[in-house]
Formats: sequence, C-alpha cells, structure tokens
Amino acid sequence: MGLLTFKSGIHPAYRKNSTEATAICAAKIPKKVVIPLQQHIGAPNKPLVKKGDIVKTGQKIAGSDAFVSSPVHASISGKVKAIASTLHPSGQLITSVTIESDEKDEFFESNPGKREYTDLSSDEIRGIAKDAGIVGLGGAAFPTHVKLSPPKEKKIDAVILNGAECEPYLTADHRLMLEQPEKVVYGLKAVMKSLNVSKGYIGIENNKKDAISAILNMAGKNGADIEVHGLQVKYPQGAEKMLIKAILNREVPAGGLPMDVGVVVQNVGTTVALADSIRDHKPVIERVVTVSGTGVKEPKNLMVRIGTLFSNVIEECGGLNEGARKVIMGGPLMGLAQPSLEIPVVKGTSGIVVLTENEIKAEKARTCIGCGSCVDVCPMFLLPTRIANFSKYDLTEKAEQFGVMDCIECGCCTYVCPSKISLVQWIRYGKGNILEKRKKIKS
Amino acid sequence: MEQNLYLLGLSSMGGLGLFFASLLVFADKKLRVEVDPKILLIEEVLPAANCGACGQPGCPAFAEAVVNGIADVHECTVGGEEVAHQIASIMGVEAKAVQKKVAKVFCRGGNKETDRKAIYYGVTSCSLAAKVGGGEKSCKYSCLGYADCVDSCKFNAMWMNANGLPVVDEDACTSCNKCVEACPRNLIELHSPDIKLHVYCKNRDPGKIAKKTCKVACIGCTLCVKPDPENIKMVDNLAVIEYSDAYLGLEECAKKCPTNAIAYQLDPIH
Repeated sequence: MGLLTFKSGIHPAYRKNSTEATAICAAKIPKKVVIPLQQHIGAPNKPLVKKGDIVKTGQKIAGSDAFVSSPVHASISGKVKAIASTLHPSGQLITSVTIESDEKDEFFESNPGKREYTDLSSDEIRGIAKDAGIVGLGGAAFPTHVKLSPPKEKKIDAVILNGAECEPYLTADHRLMLEQPEKVVYGLKAVMKSLNVSKGYIGIENNKKDAISAILNMAGKNGADIEVHGLQVKYPQGAEKMLIKAILNREVPAGGLPMDVGVVVQNVGTTVALADSIRDHKPVIERVVTVSGTGVKEPKNLMVRIGTLFSNVIEECGGLNEGARKVIMGGPLMGLAQPSLEIPVVKGTSGIVVLTENEIKAEKARTCIGCGSCVDVCPMFLLPTRIANFSKYDLTEKAEQFGVMDCIECGCCTYVCPSKISLVQWIRYGKGNILEKRKKIKS
Repeated sequence: MEQNLYLLGLSSMGGLGLFFASLLVFADKKLRVEVDPKILLIEEVLPAANCGACGQPGCPAFAEAVVNGIADVHECTVGGEEVAHQIASIMGVEAKAVQKKVAKVFCRGGNKETDRKAIYYGVTSCSLAAKVGGGEKSCKYSCLGYADCVDSCKFNAMWMNANGLPVVDEDACTSCNKCVEACPRNLIELHSPDIKLHVYCKNRDPGKIAKKTCKVACIGCTLCVKPDPENIKMVDNLAVIEYSDAYLGLEECAKKCPTNAIAYQLDPIH
C-alpha cells in the first residue's frame, strides 16, 4: 500500500528526535493551578464555585446551558483562591479560577463503577463527552459532543482518527498512540457507535512507524472495520481537510465542514480522553504536552494537569537554556507565541516549544517578487500573496472574493516566502476585519 | 495618374475632417453642459492637495459641493482662513472665523517610559499589531509605535522621535484628520493650539496597574480635578477634559500631577 497524501504543502525540519523516544511521564501535581473558564470554541462558561470553596479533583467548576460549550473541571483538589481574569494562551484576558492545592489530590466521584461503550446508546456517549468536558485535544478545542451530533440531513459514513501530528517538535500524539493504542482504538469505536458509522480510518504519518504497527495490532481485534493508513510525511497533513483528501479522496467544499462530505475527524488524544471518561468517569483534567525546543534543558513528554503554569512545566524539564527567547504554545508553525511564562496549560495545549535567539531571527520583509512559491505550496489552492495584499490595503470585499475565509492559517506560504513577507499575519488581519464587519451587519 | 491619387487623398481626408468638425460643432452647440464658472474659480484657489479632509473626494468635488450649497466655504482645513476668505468672496458670502486646529498625540509612553511584555517580530503596522498581537507594550491603551499616523500624513507634519513616539509639527499640520483615522487606539485628536492643558494619556486601568505598565500614565488620583472641577472629569480612572469653546486650561492642574500625565504648555516637539 502506497503512502497517501494531498497536493502541495511543505517539508520543514521535523526535529522530533529529542522527544519521540521518551515515554510520557506524569508531571508533579502543582501547588497552584489557574484554570481558564473558557477553553473551547463556543459560548462562554459561568463559574459554579465561589472564592473560598473547597473543590476536589474532577469536580465541575464551570459550565453553560448553551449547546456549543464545554464544562471545565478542577484538575487538583484544594481551595479556590481567586476568580479573576488572567491571560489566556490566546492572548485574551479570560475569567479563570485559581485553585491552591491541599496536596491530597482527592478524586470527586459521582458515579463509580465500570462502563463500556457497547452498553451505551449513542445519546449516552454524547452526554458523557459533554459532561467530561471533552474538546478537540489536537489544539482547536472544538467541543466533541457537537461534532458527534451532526444535523440529520448530513449523512456521516466515515470517522477519521487524526494521528498525523505534522507540526515540527510535537510528539504527544505519537507517544499516546504507542503507549495506549488500546484506548485510542476504544475511543474510536465509541465515536463510531455514537455516530452510527461502521467505517473507521486512522491516518498516521510515516515517520511514526512504531505507532502505525502498535495501532495496526490493536485495530484488527474484535472484528471492527478500521483501516490504518500510513501517510506521507508532509505539512499540513494533520489539517482536517488535507487528511480527508488523503485518506478518502473527498474534497470539503469552500466554507464547508468535514460533515458536508460525510466525515467526522477526531484527534487521537480526544479519543483517549473519551475512552477514559466512558470507562473511568474521568473528565479532562490532564493532557499530554510535549515540552521541546533548543531552549529547554531536558525535552520531555509530560502528562500535565490542566491549569499548570508554563513556568512549572518548564521547571519540570530542567528549566530554560541560556539564550531561550521565544515560548510557543503548540508547534512552531501554527502555535501562538506567549508574552510570559505565567500562562496556564489549557485543553488545547499540545506542546510548549522554546526557541533560542538565533533560531528566531526575523528578517525584514522585502517586496514581493511575484515568484509564486506561496501559490505552489498552499494546500487550500489560494493565492496567498494577492489575498495578503488585499487585506493589507483593507480591500475586504476583494479578499473575501479570493477566498480569504478559506485560509486555514497553516503558515506554508510564510515559511517558503523568499522575501520573508508575513503573509499569514496579513491574512489574519483581513479575516479579523471581515468578521468585525459581519458582526456589525448582524447587530 | 499620380496627380489623381493626390487629389483623391486630399479630398477624402479633407471631407472626413469637415464631417467630424461639423459633428463637433453640432455637439458643442446642442449638447453643452453649463458649468458654473464659480466652480472653476474655487478650484483655482484650493490647495489641490486632494486630501479628502473636507469629506469630499478631492478638491474639484469640494468646489462643486460649495457651489451647490452642500459644503460650507470654510470647510477646507488645509487652506485655512486665507482660502476660506477667497472662496467666500467668490461665493459672495461672509466667511466665518476659522478656528485653526492641530493634531495632538495623547500618549507619552515611549520606549523609555512603558513596560514591555514581549519583543514583537511581526509586520510593523499599528492597525495590524492592534488586531493580531497587541504590540509589545504592556499598556493596552498606549501608542503602538509603528507609525501608521506618520505614514498617513501627506504634509510631512509628523515623524517618529528617538523615543518611538509620533511628533506633530504644529505649523505644518493642516488638521486634515488623516492621522486621527489612522490610529487604531484613538490617541490623536484635533484641538486648537491655544489650548494649553491636555491629558496626555488614555489609560483606563486602575492606578495600580497603570503605574506598573507606564511611568507617565494617568493613575486616576483626581488631584488635577480639584482646581478645575468644571472642565476636568474622572471617567474610569482617567482624567478627561471636557473641551468647550472658551476652554484654555489652568496651570495648577498640571502642577499637581504626580506622573506628568496631564501637562501644561507641552512643547509639541518634545
């Protein structure tokens, strides 16, 4: 079987060797966690605790009645120290609950006893996903129960599990697939059951051969119809639309969602969380975070409690090297640079990458020479240089006409630009303007 | 034979010429659009900067708007009083006294004064930094320092000083409003150069936070309000001057300020 892939894209240096062979180890339980109440895409949550309350690990501390929302749980046991707005990795100020640990880590158990997905109805699986606060753990943080409830007119016939992990440095999903293949496949089967789909696919990039064989061993068991596919090592192979194109050769229409072509895509981390929540009643209180980059002394894959501050996580990895300059949440291509280390790990934090001074030297942007490199690599087949220019001169209508809203902000164009133009930044500026305009028209 | 060719050429070309000339004459007589001669006269006295400060798309459009009574004679801010009088005499009306206004930058938190949260490597444009990253200064009300206002100025009246703040040459400023529109943080306002007292800060954070982020921020102590409670009001931890026509500002207000956020007779090229 040949390796599957999509058209265009780039081949950056992957730099995964510093962490791909280190097993996931549990980080120390921090003395203090700061848990932002909004860690998902959708309606904001309201706090359910007050300052001074005693909470236990896994207790729901915030929720919302809206459908597109996801509750937040306490990740350690202790006392609520403060409810105030703090800096979220996205750069916004968001209301967060600060919990001081009592160092007991007592579990909040509401309904003990084993469950299996085979005994549950699809509605029950959705309910568990919602109550456990499961969101897309690949980084986008879209509530999983919403993905599991497609509108009736959309017929879903395939579930794809995303194990591509195409961003440089990150190895969190790789280790998860290698160490817990049983949970990955269990979660996938639960997703398939709740969507009433019989066909499952798992796509893994070919630089994780050990993970492919671990998953292959597991997928064949119990007669489920799950295909495991090796994918060509190429960025952005892990983007939903590219993954669907590679595995099923279906193209998501412009402005559409995977469900428009009958597909639901889940990250492998999400299915592991779903398996945990079904069997052990465990909400999302921790996740695997790859701490890597030349700026970190001992790169590691850590199981970190949600709300642990970056500074604590980096301490666990031996601290920062001299010359460490840039801290990125996520991978270097799509991640967000952080202004401080006092920022909490959230459900969407797949990695913390620290780069040193000489790696981040930014050259000044020069004039576009019209070489078309960005057009060649754009996986969405857009014209990045034109769209960026339209955005730059506030020609929002033109930019919209040329498909600015279809840009997935993967950063391929900026990566290859010989004139070092920050194309994605201009495109994001244009998108922001358009969204603002739409909001105004609505209100 | 050759002679015939010459004659044929001459007569056919001459004939065509005559035909089109008569068409033009006919068009000139029958299809003529009367242009008010005043429009042309006004166009001549206008500065021809085509800046759009009057709200019209360029000087010819403004001239037409004046003649049609849509715009007022004194609305060309670039031309100022002199042009207003000239237009008024063309129109045969009395020009109102024009109050000259200049652009004032209400932030003094340059590179030396403000705390930095990060180093910014992105595109150096204020409008973009404000939307995408928030710039590098901790203060979320401060001047971003990427000179969008300077780029927008068509009259060379603005530049960035060594401290990373825009400076206005008040003599060259024509109050065309371009820099006011360019600033994503609304730090630039147009005011009469006669007004001596201004609050050079827009920080609405509580004093404790404001003090941490910038040395020259308004910390909301209300000391400046006491000498002149009628014109200065505290709004969300920020002293705000309510400008009126007669307002000039009291020197005592500035003397009390512990951070120099409110200043009297500040040299525009500071």
